[in-house]
Amino acid sequence: MAVFKHHGVGISGMAAAVPKEVYNNYTDNPNFSPEDAKAIVDKTGIFERRIAGSDTCASDLAYAAATKLLSSGQFEPEHTDVLIFVTQTPDYRMPATGILMQSRLNLPKSCAAFDINLGCSGFVFGLNLAYTLAAQPAIRNVMLINAETRSKVYSFKDRQTGFLFGDAATAFMISKDSTLGESVFKLDSDGEKGNYIMAKSGGYRNPSTPDSYIEKLQDDGGFHSDEQGYMDGAGVFEFVITQVPRSVKDTLGLAGMQKENIDYFVFHQANRFMNDHLIRKLKLDAEKVPYCLHRFGNTSSVSIPLTMVTELDDKLKEPKQLLISGFGVGLSLGSATIPINNPFILPLVEI
Amino acid sequence: METNFLEQLTELLEMETTVKPADKFREYENWDSLAYLSLISFVDEEYGIVIPRDEFGKMNTVQDIIDYIKNNS
Repeated sequence: MAVFKHHGVGISGMAAAVPKEVYNNYTDNPNFSPEDAKAIVDKTGIFERRIAGSDTCASDLAYAAATKLLSSGQFEPEHTDVLIFVTQTPDYRMPATGILMQSRLNLPKSCAAFDINLGCSGFVFGLNLAYTLAAQPAIRNVMLINAETRSKVYSFKDRQTGFLFGDAATAFMISKDSTLGESVFKLDSDGEKGNYIMAKSGGYRNPSTPDSYIEKLQDDGGFHSDEQGYMDGAGVFEFVITQVPRSVKDTLGLAGMQKENIDYFVFHQANRFMNDHLIRKLKLDAEKVPYCLHRFGNTSSVSIPLTMVTELDDKLKEPKQLLISGFGVGLSLGSATIPINNPFILPLVEI
Repeated sequence: METNFLEQLTELLEMETTVKPADKFREYENWDSLAYLSLISFVDEEYGIVIPRDEFGKMNTVQDIIDYIKNNS
């Protein structure tokens, strides 16, 4: 069982960046009638999204957030001994975007930089690894970047996915802090459901062909090319409403906590309908469950840290106990209880 | 359970007349993927049962749903 416990380590700095351009889901998608768009948007609760321009990569959003954090005066940039870059929308197939980011951010060559290829669960998995590495005696700070231009992965003509995804990046600093108590992580994988959320072509299993770029009506009723992502919404929904409550309860149990001990539950911002279902099923106080999906959409692995920056910024000045839970493509699922105590938080950066 | 279920399903699917057990729900004008999610979510909340997708695929009438809930409660 992949259970991890950490002590005396936590989040010391937080920054987030989104594209300036606001996409209104009710009015801006010409592929659907206003009535169809309204039915979908009312259900998903994603009213607006931020969409990166064709020249803007996930790494550019990441750079905007990370460079602000490093130049804030709160951290010594050269003390960034590890850079973890979580993305499924990299600049290149190789090299890893995190390594290029080491140079772009003027981090020392003695920094260990690498990517993690995970989606909606990626912040939880990345944070667990960041905590593990930050606890090493020689390591001073670990920077955890989550960056996605998820809007570029999916077809805006597809009913299942055309209204959901937005672009964003966050840069978090992870450091030793003896005032912080125990963090508990529980991580799970279900590769049998790998085809529930997938971009089929463009890798080495199904290399790109002229045909793979053609958007068309698919057997599953979706409208997208084989290069674009597709989602089996019903299958994902079933997975989430059965597995996420279990993961949350298990993690609380492993931490020796009740849900009353948690100040805020920060879930992956999938869609309003599914997240509201989780809240009711877990019988959580809605006041304790912040949302940012109405403004930024589903930003994959960025959604949990983006919610922390935009919705909890002024609430984290006193010591708080968070429960975070990320779930999605893989399928992959991770939950954690993390104490947090007045990290340095920058206002949202818009580029 | 049955009367209550029929009333709630009627409301859930925004039907103008009360649904009947013999109705083939897939033929409802309002039936779509969003209605499906609403139904799965409702049954989970009300009865604590997540109807597996494969099982749901075999169901045609409202009675089939009622039977599944009864057999799995």
